[in-house]
Amino acid sequence: MLDSYLPIITLIVVALGFATGSIIFSRLVGQKKPSEVKLAPYECGMPPVGSARERFSVKFYIIAMLFIVFDIEVVFMYPWAVMFKRLGMFGFVEMGVFILILLVGYVYVWKKGALEWE
Amino acid sequence: METIFFYLVALVAVVSGFLVVRCQSPVNSALALVNTFFCLAVFYVMLYAPFMAAIQVIVYAGAIMVLILFVIMLLNLGTEARKRYTHGVVWAAIASLLVLVNVVFFIKRGRVTGAEGDITDYLIKTEGHTELIGKALYTEFLLPFEIASILLLVAIVGAVILAKKDV
Amino acid sequence: MENLVQIALQNVNLAAIMPSLVLVCFGMGLLLINVFLPRGTTRPAVWISLVGIVVTAVVTVQGWGNPQYGFSDAVALDNFATFFNVTFLLAAALTILMSDDYLRREGYAVNEYYPLILFTTAGAMWMASGTDMMTIFLGLEVMSISLYVLAGFFRGQSASNEAGLKYFLLGAFSTGFLLYGMALIYGVTGSTRLTEIGAYLNSHSSLLANPMTLAGLVLLSIGFLFKLGAAPFHMWTPDVYQGAPTPVTAFMSAGPKAAAFAAFLRTLEYCFFGLKPEWSAMLWVLAVLTMTVGNVIAISQTNIKRMLAYSSISHAGYALVGLVAANEIGYSGVLFYMLAYTFMNIGAFAVLILVGKQGEENLTLEGFAGLGYKRPLLGVAMSVFLFALMGLPPTAGFAGKFYIFAGAVKAGYIWLAIIGVLNSAVSLYYYLRVMVYMYFRDPTEDYAWISLPVSVLATIILAVIGCLYLGILPNEVMAMAKTAIF
Repeated sequence: MLDSYLPIITLIVVALGFATGSIIFSRLVGQKKPSEVKLAPYECGMPPVGSARERFSVKFYIIAMLFIVFDIEVVFMYPWAVMFKRLGMFGFVEMGVFILILLVGYVYVWKKGALEWE
Repeated sequence: METIFFYLVALVAVVSGFLVVRCQSPVNSALALVNTFFCLAVFYVMLYAPFMAAIQVIVYAGAIMVLILFVIMLLNLGTEARKRYTHGVVWAAIASLLVLVNVVFFIKRGRVTGAEGDITDYLIKTEGHTELIGKALYTEFLLPFEIASILLLVAIVGAVILAKKDV
Repeated sequence: MENLVQIALQNVNLAAIMPSLVLVCFGMGLLLINVFLPRGTTRPAVWISLVGIVVTAVVTVQGWGNPQYGFSDAVALDNFATFFNVTFLLAAALTILMSDDYLRREGYAVNEYYPLILFTTAGAMWMASGTDMMTIFLGLEVMSISLYVLAGFFRGQSASNEAGLKYFLLGAFSTGFLLYGMALIYGVTGSTRLTEIGAYLNSHSSLLANPMTLAGLVLLSIGFLFKLGAAPFHMWTPDVYQGAPTPVTAFMSAGPKAAAFAAFLRTLEYCFFGLKPEWSAMLWVLAVLTMTVGNVIAISQTNIKRMLAYSSISHAGYALVGLVAANEIGYSGVLFYMLAYTFMNIGAFAVLILVGKQGEENLTLEGFAGLGYKRPLLGVAMSVFLFALMGLPPTAGFAGKFYIFAGAVKAGYIWLAIIGVLNSAVSLYYYLRVMVYMYFRDPTEDYAWISLPVSVLATIILAVIGCLYLGILPNEVMAMAKTAIF
């Protein structure tokens, strides 16, 4: 059964090998003419302003938090999806209740304005 | 072949676990943690639990790591955390050692003869791991499953109340 | 598979979760209604949540003597669960009654408070009625997560933030222990159903001495004991109880604590009856430690809220004595005591709310100086609660302690009962000190800021009635508690 993962492992090995290989290869073969502009961090072609380590707003946090919760909700759907045909109407109602409860949460979050960028 | 692979991944897992603790920058620690999570996912695969592996990657290595990184950015730990905290290292070492001894003791002396469950190797191979989880979750564990949605709802409310600018 | 669906479908028995179902529906409805109301209108939320609790109580009481099982034995709404459910509902109702004015005073009149209380109560109900480890665990999590949020509800106050964070971190840690224990027990027995675990361990008696089983038992116990606030897992209690909003503290120390007792009792009795001597010995030590630690530290407290926090540790210790006794009168004593403690503790906190000033001020002993003269009714009420907490007749505390210690004596734990009585004597000191301040100190203030809103008055009156009723006529409730245990 684990044999079926062989292609994935091969892919990972090839990808890793290619990435490290090309870095090492360019190190060995390529020319190096460093200048200040070249060494600067790449920021969409703009001149870099300030440190990259800036404090994030707590706004990101609440979005991430809500993302995780709904992410976990979706996780429950995978085993349901593979069993859906066999669970039939029963499974449908179960998942309906589950989603309905979380829909309450969704409406709450939406109406509360937690998804707005205030 | 499998054993060698296991030890290889185990080595990576332990080393990256160690790096989580030892890294100077919290961001590096977080990335080492991602590595550990991936190794755990590989273990799940090797235990014939591909669904758990997928969850491990999606939820832990994906969503929760994003949250951890956000917290690091939020607190801007980049520079201040360079200080080394050494208090309690000895006690922590003793405690970890005891846990290690404990685990070894259990493995060597536990003689765990767990009940033969309904889910056998054969069943996992014929039915499929995810299907079996679905079967258990949506028939036998129906109530805990629905309670889980309440749990998520409470988590949503809690996040909004505690983190939103004005409630 | 179709067969399985059939079986699952037959096992769906909504009657077995009716109380929590009603409560959760009210909670969700409240959440949805709240977002459509203008900010700061909390009166409708108070009323709706109270109506929800009353409706749930009616549904719950109807289940008495009519046990319902369902969801493939994941839940059992037996008398045991019903008795505890009534306790939770009382705690929630009394808390909600005294919350509104307090929240306004502190400037946090936020609607979500009420649905969160309802969800906490529902979580507690799942813990009390859960006969599957997963149900118990998820109930515990629903309850705990709501409580983490409630403890940190005053976002602008650092004490409340600290309480929320501390409770969350340590709570998550202890949940880890609980889960680990559950995993080990599952590994040993191959089931999460409490009855199946018990049956399997019973038929494979060699497993009882297996280190894995014992480790599972210990880890499970640690998880529950943390939620009980029993020593040595009590470290979080003082800071969390002091920092959390006062009504939340009152609620936390009554409802969720009772829920932890319920789940712990059921797990011990269903799964580990074969290991009774072992866990009895373990809990013996912990009960003595818990009583003593709580009482001794409470002596040196001058902040009454913190003093009550420590005293709640010692009360958990008294209730643990009933678990050690592990006989009919001990177990029913625990049920009775949790009900009695709900009344006396929430009552005491309600008085604390009235005497306190905005910003959690005036909660020290000095703040109670002369209260008995200036506000005689409040003084009398507080005296009743303090008498009950001390365990003096004719109050609920006396009856509760009497039953628990009687159970211990009957089971042969005479020393444990003696230590318990001695501890009660120690507790006289710090409870009486509050009364000394109330009656024998000259008032430094005129207590003019104390207004007596009807809702808080209702809480206090209900709590006084409860304390006296359970103290003077305990037999009826005790008889019910006896039919509630297994």
